[in-house]
Amino acid sequence: MLEIRDLDLYYGDAQALDGVSLSVDEGTIVAIVGSNGAGKSSLIRTIAGIETPRAGSIRYRGADITGAPSHAVVNLGIGQVAEGRQVFPTLSVRENLEVGALVPRARARAKATLEEVFALFPRLREREHQAAGTLSGGEQQMLAIGRCLMGQPELIMFDEPSLGLAPTVVQEVFRTILALNRRGLTIVLVEQNVAVSLRIASRAYVLENGRVAMEGTGAELLADDRVRQAYLGL
Amino acid sequence: MPAKTLATLAGIAAALVALYVWRLAALPGALLGNVVVAGVLTGLIYGLMALGLSVIFGVVRVVNFAHGEMMTIAMYAAVLLFGAFRLDPFLALAPVAVAFFAFGYALQAGLINPFVERPEHSQFMLLVAVAIIMVNGLLMGFGPDARSAQVDYALDSFEVGPLVVDKVRVYAASVAVLLAAGLFAFFRLTATGRAIRACADNLLGAKVVGLDVKRYYALTFGIGAALVGAAGVLQAMLVDVTPALGPVYTLLAFVIVIVGGLGSMGGALAGGVLIGLSEALAGVAFTPSAKSMFSFALLILVLLLRPQGLLGKKAG
Repeated sequence: MLEIRDLDLYYGDAQALDGVSLSVDEGTIVAIVGSNGAGKSSLIRTIAGIETPRAGSIRYRGADITGAPSHAVVNLGIGQVAEGRQVFPTLSVRENLEVGALVPRARARAKATLEEVFALFPRLREREHQAAGTLSGGEQQMLAIGRCLMGQPELIMFDEPSLGLAPTVVQEVFRTILALNRRGLTIVLVEQNVAVSLRIASRAYVLENGRVAMEGTGAELLADDRVRQAYLGL
Repeated sequence: MPAKTLATLAGIAAALVALYVWRLAALPGALLGNVVVAGVLTGLIYGLMALGLSVIFGVVRVVNFAHGEMMTIAMYAAVLLFGAFRLDPFLALAPVAVAFFAFGYALQAGLINPFVERPEHSQFMLLVAVAIIMVNGLLMGFGPDARSAQVDYALDSFEVGPLVVDKVRVYAASVAVLLAAGLFAFFRLTATGRAIRACADNLLGAKVVGLDVKRYYALTFGIGAALVGAAGVLQAMLVDVTPALGPVYTLLAFVIVIVGGLGSMGGALAGGVLIGLSEALAGVAFTPSAKSMFSFALLILVLLLRPQGLLGKKAG
């Protein structure tokens, strides 16, 4: 579904991604793990069209989307739940969701999708007219996920969805991700919570210094001594 | 700023305000009433002009240093259309606003968008250059002399009790209020308005949900330009126009937006009314040429006592 070949990204002179290749099959959960600054977020931002790579290619369903602007990428069905949630703080919950459905592919179904999102997250319906900036961190994360669903994605990239959330909320976020995957959505998951993400991933990549250091099934990497020492502290 | 400088500035501003109140107290009541009403009405047109600046800054984060020059071009457009076709400025309003929208859209899409991610000084120079080209274009085209659009009801007035109010001013201010109300409704009630607010609220978030941010920036600049275009047409009925008004109005729009609160739409209108009132009162209490002095004294007081502006939100 998503094929990435030899991706290089630079911020000025600093190299953030160095020859990254990975592939995501339809209907799977692919985890990308690694320490801070390893290039996980840069990879997501490059796929999303927010950063432009210097070299390499990104193909989605066979079409080359390298360097395509973010609004074109979202309209192809690649959604993103960004790090820090990135809700619109002065817009109401409902307005946040409505703005999520403004991409051309999602406009016609906006009303029906809004009901689906409210059914998935009843808390958002309760807070429908409240400004998003006044929500708790967990509620904002639900809003960010709901807003992403409003755009009718086929693939969702989650960037650190559990960051800064209370443990019970983290569980809820992971349950939601699994539920979305069971509905047929393809998931790319960037997480600092390595143990959980490897457990639910069918395939995983370890990024170190902007390179793919290891790859395999989630179970293989969970059993790998280097992964256990470096990321699980075992 | 060191405390001593602050105290000195505050002292000067407070002294000006005290002088002002003392002079006003000596005026006859009916005159004062007329001046207050005229000041508020003019202030609403100022507010419409400042609203354009505020909307552009609030969304695109670019300071339109050519704002007053655009206002002046709209005033010339109204004067020329009136001179050539006897077109009433109230009827010229729509075509001029549409033309300004197209101009603003093209300016943002073609010239400013490539600059939005560059450092501020380079954006600053770009828009200052646009402003200088506009003023000098006007000077070359029309010369430095004042022109006006004198409609045949220009001298009519409403008399309400002891008050005498120019009809033109009442109509112009009403149109300004209607346009401002329309803008509020647009931002609240339409999908495009919500998308523009989203871009202003969180740029990364807007990209994440797939909004074409640069297109919304161009729309916003177009809307801001249409607002100042409309304000210029209205203003052309109230004052004579010269090219030199351009920089004056740019500065005036800044003062209004800062007094009212940067990024607050209600603040731009309130700031406009306040500055319009202050100018009118300064004109009768002292001399019309002293009006800017009092506007700036007001600006200094606001910066000292309420840095975020009257209706602005505290930073951080």
